[in-house]
Amino acid sequence: MDSIQIPPIDFRLIAPLLVVTTWAMVLLLVDVFAIPANRKKLTGYLAIAGLVVAGLVAIPLWDVSGSTFSNMVVLDRYSLILTWIFLIIGALTITMALDYLPRHGIEQGEFYPLIMFAVAGMILMAQGTDLIVLFLGVELLSITLYILTGFAYPRLTSEEAAMKYLVLGAFAAGFFIYGIALTYGAVGTTNLALIAERLADPAAETNQLLLLAGASLILITFAFKVALVPFHMWTPDVYEGSPTPVAAFMSVGTKGASFAALLRILVTALPALEPFWLPVLGMLAALTMIIGNLGALSQTNVKRMLAYSSVGHAGYILLSIMVVSERGAQAFLFYTLAYTLTNLGAFAVVIALEQRSNATWSLDDFTGLYKRQPLLALAMAVFMFSLAGVPPTAGFMAKFYVFTTAYEGGLGWLVLIGVLTSALAVFFYLRVVIRMFMHEPQGELEPTLDRGLSADIAIAGGLTLLFGIVPAPIIFLVERSLVAAGG
Amino acid sequence: MDFVLFFLTAAIALAGAIAMLVARNAIHSALFLLLNFGAIAVLFLLLQSPFLFTIQLSIYAGAIMVLFLFVVMLLGAEQVEAAQDKLPWQQPLALVMGAGLLVIAVITAVRGGSNDAPPGGEAAEAFGDPASLGELLFTEYLLPFQITGIILLVAVIGVVVLNQQRTQAQSEETPGERPSSSVQP
Amino acid sequence: MVPTTFYVLLSAALFTIGVLGVLIRRNAIVVFMSVELMLNAANLALVAYARERLAVDGQVLVFFVITVAAAEVAVGLALLVAIFKSKRTADIDEVSMLRG
Repeated sequence: MDSIQIPPIDFRLIAPLLVVTTWAMVLLLVDVFAIPANRKKLTGYLAIAGLVVAGLVAIPLWDVSGSTFSNMVVLDRYSLILTWIFLIIGALTITMALDYLPRHGIEQGEFYPLIMFAVAGMILMAQGTDLIVLFLGVELLSITLYILTGFAYPRLTSEEAAMKYLVLGAFAAGFFIYGIALTYGAVGTTNLALIAERLADPAAETNQLLLLAGASLILITFAFKVALVPFHMWTPDVYEGSPTPVAAFMSVGTKGASFAALLRILVTALPALEPFWLPVLGMLAALTMIIGNLGALSQTNVKRMLAYSSVGHAGYILLSIMVVSERGAQAFLFYTLAYTLTNLGAFAVVIALEQRSNATWSLDDFTGLYKRQPLLALAMAVFMFSLAGVPPTAGFMAKFYVFTTAYEGGLGWLVLIGVLTSALAVFFYLRVVIRMFMHEPQGELEPTLDRGLSADIAIAGGLTLLFGIVPAPIIFLVERSLVAAGG
Repeated sequence: MDFVLFFLTAAIALAGAIAMLVARNAIHSALFLLLNFGAIAVLFLLLQSPFLFTIQLSIYAGAIMVLFLFVVMLLGAEQVEAAQDKLPWQQPLALVMGAGLLVIAVITAVRGGSNDAPPGGEAAEAFGDPASLGELLFTEYLLPFQITGIILLVAVIGVVVLNQQRTQAQSEETPGERPSSSVQP
Repeated sequence: MVPTTFYVLLSAALFTIGVLGVLIRRNAIVVFMSVELMLNAANLALVAYARERLAVDGQVLVFFVITVAAAEVAVGLALLVAIFKSKRTADIDEVSMLRG
């Protein structure tokens, strides 16, 4: 029998992924054998170091592009920028959790490597060019998140949230696999580029109907993952039940990675089916923007409000995805970055106000915050303005970018809905600000601002303002990003 | 001969699935599902996938179903369903949606699949050899293969982490309490 | 040989039963079993298509699906045991499922 010939592999192209996974695996061992139980924060610092190293390793790859592992993964500037965003998400989440975990009595060293594995899953979703790699990336991210959601056991709300998330996630995975099976049946491949090639080739044996069914099932999966209406029901409960840093991570990480994968599928594999998916996505986007923002309007629980707000923002991101041009991808990258920073910052403020004994995340906690902690209140105001899309914040620039791109892309009616729902959203975001600044403080709520949280809030708030006032460098970066990229 | 075997196994698979759906006792459900998995394993063999046949039997029917049965019996969760359905409209709605899905699926399958028998001949004889599958795993599908390893590692960590003992005093609140989740949209 | 369509029809029927199980049944363990049924249905379709095209790729995909399914089940059952330790029920309504 012949020996197996392993095809040439270019490890450079997956260098960040390699660094993150290897580091996480080594860290697991280091955590168990070398770090004493009362110094688990050290594991967290080491995890952040790993993410930073991965980010640095990625820098020389800016001018590199190509695909390897039999065209399973690709490295382009699109995936590289997303990789950096995901690394930032991971690092900020860990910083948030450093003191949160011990404060709530749920500190365990495994938390930090798990976050790294989740980041690895997200990077895979950004780089994957084969349905099976995307599936495995989604599953790596999801399975890690099931565990992290239930991390606050034996608190029942946390376990219940994890259970609900897992059942729905597994359900969605079933749809994904059936979608892959039908796609495979229709075109005989799972490689995104090959799917498009076979679709365009009249001689190839392809089956439109089967492919359409497969594509719809895959679409449903991603609608679940990014919580598009009407697949958003799980979001508020899961966010509320999970440990707050994990909720923060999910709200930006899962969305960013899933949209990244969805955009690549639409652009690379299914441009021929645009007449089918464009109206479907349009309906979903419209519903998501309306229902998400309406839902947030009636919430008195800040964590649930942020959950509904994240649903609404998924609608805006979807808008940029639907413009399958380079401009659309640029708008998507910019919006994801702005939304990531802002939402992580907002969640960090929520953590600062979260009381160990009685965590209700009530809006009342914010009443008169300005009198107690003026800086914290100011930061929260910045985040709220940015989420609402008020200048001079990154959120405003991002929304402006997405709306103009979508308008130029011929999605006028969706832009109208987007603008109207944004105006609606100003109400509930502003409600928080008014409570902080206009009211007298009640009760004796002392915000807990540890070093990690302060750093998080400072970084997120500073960058949110910076990108709002001088967006040019970032826009330059994302515009350069797609010169070489196919997506 | 092939047709007889196919229809027999297909009937068993369907019967097992439906019985799993309606059985009131979780242990019965698990056993019916086992029947279904066995039938599917036979279908794999009919489709010339001997490797998947063994995997299906040893991993699915063996390991996974034993895990299910073990947990059901450990928790004594056989009949916890006696409670009333809290959403009365859910069941009919689900049935309607299921029927709709089935209709779509059947149309897709009939119009989409080829109604001819799959190709036979010499190429078909050699098809499905476990060695060729293994070779693909280590060449073209090397990266996904590695990722599954990481996924399994994460699952192992998860199982260990989620079932460690944390003392009650450490936890944020006493179990059984369900605060604030009553806010409805 | 049996036509591929027959296999796909069977797989579609099994998939639908799995979906129904997730939507109808309240027992969390049975819901998991239904998800497994869905995955199995997809596997059957994959293997059938692989046979039709005489391409081993489809079988490789099934291999991955089985692995992921095992990982998912392990985590899910671990969670169930953890919930049971906190509270003695596996009724999914009690787990406040589907409350929007």
